[in-house]
Amino acid sequence: MLAKRIIPCLDVDAGRVKKGVNFVNLKDVGDPAEIAANYQQQGADELVFLDITATNEQRRTMVEVVEKVSRQVFMPLTVGGGITSVAQIQALLKAGADKVSLNSAAVADPQLITAGAKKFGNQCIVVAIDVKINPQTGQPMVYTHGGQQATNLEAVAWAKKVVALGAGELLVTSMDQDGTKNGFAIELYQKLAAAIDVPIIASGGAGKIQDFIDVFQQAEVDGALAASVFHYGELTIPEVKQRLKAAGVSVRC
Amino acid sequence: MLAIIDYDAGNTYNLKKAFDYLQLETVLTADKAVIEQCQGIVLPGVGAFAPAIANLQATGLDQIIKQQVKAGKPLLGICLGMQLLFDSSTEYGWHQGLGLIPGQVVAFENRPGFKVPQMGWNQNELLQSQNPFTFLADEYTYFVHSYYANCDPQYIITQVDYAIKVPAMVKCGKIYGTQFHPEKSGQVGLQVLATFAKKVVTSA
Repeated sequence: MLAKRIIPCLDVDAGRVKKGVNFVNLKDVGDPAEIAANYQQQGADELVFLDITATNEQRRTMVEVVEKVSRQVFMPLTVGGGITSVAQIQALLKAGADKVSLNSAAVADPQLITAGAKKFGNQCIVVAIDVKINPQTGQPMVYTHGGQQATNLEAVAWAKKVVALGAGELLVTSMDQDGTKNGFAIELYQKLAAAIDVPIIASGGAGKIQDFIDVFQQAEVDGALAASVFHYGELTIPEVKQRLKAAGVSVRC
Repeated sequence: MLAIIDYDAGNTYNLKKAFDYLQLETVLTADKAVIEQCQGIVLPGVGAFAPAIANLQATGLDQIIKQQVKAGKPLLGICLGMQLLFDSSTEYGWHQGLGLIPGQVVAFENRPGFKVPQMGWNQNELLQSQNPFTFLADEYTYFVHSYYANCDPQYIITQVDYAIKVPAMVKCGKIYGTQFHPEKSGQVGLQVLATFAKKVVTSA
């Protein structure tokens, strides 16, 4: 039986890990390789690096970051943010990434998913989906560009489409829950899990240990991603895993 | 010195980085003379079986590996590199393998709740205690694969449960193989690489 994964997410800007609230007031919190090594020590199952760099020039530094991290950290690494071409995917994989995550580019150019999957295998291609419930219709809708741009895509239909195109995993962030620390969007993950058969990573809303227990017990997700609760030491990975294990969730610890 | 076989079969750099981190000397090579001088061989591999074995055959590396193993040189195959050690594979047709460990590589059947590929951390169950890798008992290692080795239990050091029992680490004489990626399996994965280099190779 596969262990459920606990996945810290690191925002990287111009080669440094940054943390802000809702993408403003970015603070430098350190060197990606050092922070990654610390998470490996804590027992993280995987790391996601999100490139929040605004310019293409600085984006090249992400390859160097991955290269450096993968010399010191020996666990699965996923890199996302601003990837728009097969050549960029190849450069990141060659630098040491195991998977890349496509978000806005997948919406703008769905064939990129297929091209990446054909060349590198489905298991390398993660599609990240940012979802917000439309208060009028109650439908979960897809947003792009860091959540700033609405689309006319319904989330479950879009999830089915990207899996058909070759996505090997989905990283689904609930914008409604993100930053609230009120728990994961369980209903959304239940709907998605019923519709698709690739691994789903839940993201957005983790605030306390019970939130992790709830999402794993109530929805068929394979991993849970969190940023701030781990960065600021509000929760540690070992304590989350111990409590998950005690609650009967299969984890590596 | 360990020879990491360089035959255009996926990302060998991560494996090299893991050995570098452990300060164990390796060389990425497809050169017969270099392979002959090394004390052990590591056969990596990511991707599909057919192009990988075709590549080994086209370059003559298959014969070099077989000769070296026959002469008693230890070998560690990793992921697809482990699968290549068996007699054959049914991945997209039937393909002959290196035939160094008896068994066939076959596809996972789709079963409810068990997604293919198996991708993630699974827990090793130790089947054999007479080897240097018993520390793998109950440890989790990282897997990414859609095919698995169907072989006699006498060759299985550890297995994992994924609807069926899947060989995770195999052994036949001084030939070892891991279905998991030791270079992505944290501390215990590094210990697998170090143990192969320090205990298996140096005692050979």
